[in-house]
Amino acid sequence: MPIRNAPSTAYTATAIALHWLIAALIVGGFLVGLYMTGLKLSPDKLKLYSWHKWSGITVLALAVIRIVWRWTHPAPAPVAGQPRWQHAAAQAAHRALYVLIVAIPLSGWLYSSASGYPVVYFGIKALQLPDLLAKNKETAAVLKELHELLNWTMAALVTVHAAAALKHQLIDHDGTLARMLPWLHRRPHA
Amino acid sequence: MKLPIHAVLTIALLSAHGGLLAAERAIDPSKSSISAVFTQMGVPVEAPFTRFTGRVDHDPAKPAEACALLEIDTASFDIGDDDYNAEVRKPEWFDTARYPKASFVANGLKPTAGGSYEAVGKLSLKGRVAELKAPVAIKAEAGGSRYSGVVVMSRKAFGVGDPAWQDTVEDPVKIKFQIFVPAAR
Repeated sequence: MPIRNAPSTAYTATAIALHWLIAALIVGGFLVGLYMTGLKLSPDKLKLYSWHKWSGITVLALAVIRIVWRWTHPAPAPVAGQPRWQHAAAQAAHRALYVLIVAIPLSGWLYSSASGYPVVYFGIKALQLPDLLAKNKETAAVLKELHELLNWTMAALVTVHAAAALKHQLIDHDGTLARMLPWLHRRPHA
Repeated sequence: MKLPIHAVLTIALLSAHGGLLAAERAIDPSKSSISAVFTQMGVPVEAPFTRFTGRVDHDPAKPAEACALLEIDTASFDIGDDDYNAEVRKPEWFDTARYPKASFVANGLKPTAGGSYEAVGKLSLKGRVAELKAPVAIKAEAGGSRYSGVVVMSRKAFGVGDPAWQDTVEDPVKIKFQIFVPAAR
């Protein structure tokens, strides 16, 4: 994929791949999570819960890799010409999203442990994760609320994040979105 | 009249050991536990039976003559979630309405390596009876003895499980038990 920006102003291909992979998994995990909790108990419900947990653990692992990658490969500076407050807001939102892609899977893992269900990654017994907490109904109820609250917070932030990206693309025409979607460079823009 | 199978077994047990009844002691359920570990989507889930009773007649000098009876309320299986508990009481699983009790009747303890024993007995569940050999470790504790062990059984052998769940819940189920028997006074 051609990235025309000089290296100092571009995201690495790895950073871009991690961004979109995690984006797809959290949107999918969020929607599955919303749907599955309302189902009556059935084998399909348990399958959805398992897939939800596996994708969450995958997000956690990718998030850790992504944070390490970001430390070792700093993000490019913002596109010139933005107001200061916008840059500050974007930075705060990005930080919060980084925190959430770690905190949400962790809260889910804790909730699963407290409910008495170990997380077995991909259903492979050798990949059974340790229980972070002992089974406890009250703790589980609190963690359920926390998991939901963090998710709705993330949903709100992702909406703002995506809206801001579209504003840069459609109103400012400043090439910000193209840094995360390199194929946009093929189209002329202001 | 059709006697429930556990009643038949109880009578059989009592008649077989009529001469030893003096040494028989009731277990203390409050200091005992029985739980089952089933596996769904590769995830082991442990849940206790909260109501059970039992009697043990065991002279340490004569393990071969030891006998025991455990009776478990099938409806007391508590996964900690109402939906699950309701599912497992259905006819396809425990059918608690028709088969409110499961029982294990052991006749004889066989010494095994390391000072442990094997209890050979009959498990009756959901109207079916099958032989079950359970490893038992016996430990003296303040005020009595603790009999504990883990035994794996097949839920399908007892017709427990809705075919719809075939691919979700594995057949082998681990039973973990810790039975406390107060010492004779």
